[in-house]
Amino acid sequence: MSNINLDQIDSMQYDVLTEIGNIGAGNATTALSTMINGKVDMCVPKVALLEFKDLPDMVGGAENLVVGILITLEGEINGMMMFMLEQKSAYHLVNLLMGKAQDDEAFTEMEFSALKEIGNIIAGAYLSSLSTLINIRINASVPYLSIDMAGAILSVPAIEFGKVGDKALIIETQFSKDDSDVNGYFILIPTLESYDVILTSLGL
Amino acid sequence: MGEMIKIGMADLKVCTAPNVLTTLGLGSCVGIVLYDSFSKTAGMVHVMLPDSTKIKNSENAAKFADTGIDALILRLAAIGANRSRLIAKIAGGAQMFAFTSDNDMLRIGERNTEASKLKLQSLGIHIVAEDTGLNYGRTLEFYPETGELYIKSVGRPLKIM
Repeated sequence: MSNINLDQIDSMQYDVLTEIGNIGAGNATTALSTMINGKVDMCVPKVALLEFKDLPDMVGGAENLVVGILITLEGEINGMMMFMLEQKSAYHLVNLLMGKAQDDEAFTEMEFSALKEIGNIIAGAYLSSLSTLINIRINASVPYLSIDMAGAILSVPAIEFGKVGDKALIIETQFSKDDSDVNGYFILIPTLESYDVILTSLGL
Repeated sequence: MGEMIKIGMADLKVCTAPNVLTTLGLGSCVGIVLYDSFSKTAGMVHVMLPDSTKIKNSENAAKFADTGIDALILRLAAIGANRSRLIAKIAGGAQMFAFTSDNDMLRIGERNTEASKLKLQSLGIHIVAEDTGLNYGRTLEFYPETGELYIKSVGRPLKIM
């Protein structure tokens, strides 16, 4: 069984993890694009080993106001999947879906629920493609939603990682709509053991 | 005004007036400020987890409530703070997501707060102000000049304590 060492990720492991981000986010982006009936671009995924204090910089800084939709993974693959949207993008996305002409600056209960569902569908697309690729079932929780500063939201997965080490290995993909009014990130944060499971199942 | 000294997750720093200590977007982590009003020295630690003894790979002392506070006191002593004059102000420990499962993550904010308070109590350091729990992030700024802790949150008025 491959044992991933956080400080010595070889280029092969790095490539495989990037490709996982690519495939997962590719599917998720397609789902998002279908949902809003518009073109959505995604960037090349970043696989990064980060110290906790640098984590919020990945998503525009600790005080950046974001909508975070968190799904916890259990079973053979443990960890978290997070779908983050800049707050403005979230308003835009919800209004687009609910058929409102203007971008409101507050969410109703109904819109909260819609936002959770968006997260669910999109994260589901990411996870199901990952699950197919590695041929392992991934059990995902219901989506949890929080609107707050990026640093505060990221503290939740960071704490999980803090239990096993001093750094977090994350696979992050940024996406944006062509007119750049929808901006966000997919972040996959498996536990260390789960990285081993993923890499082993792919023959590494 | 002095310099803004930024403290990241699992990080700790000390300073003297007129400099300012700040930590941004505190979620389930807890920010602990120790302050000596006489020498106007202060330190802040941003802890992520309650207990270092339950975790392997605990190289970074600032990550845990127990070791973080110890480390902070040592650093404060080194810049001239008097151990017996130290008082504490703590904030953070929110529950960012409304988890429904009985997973451990559920109460991590609360546990961080409890552990921080216990540790401070055991050291005989008086907690003069506390703003913990609930479900929102906090940005902290501590001014050793006045001893005031500013707490900023999204959509909430500025809190000074």
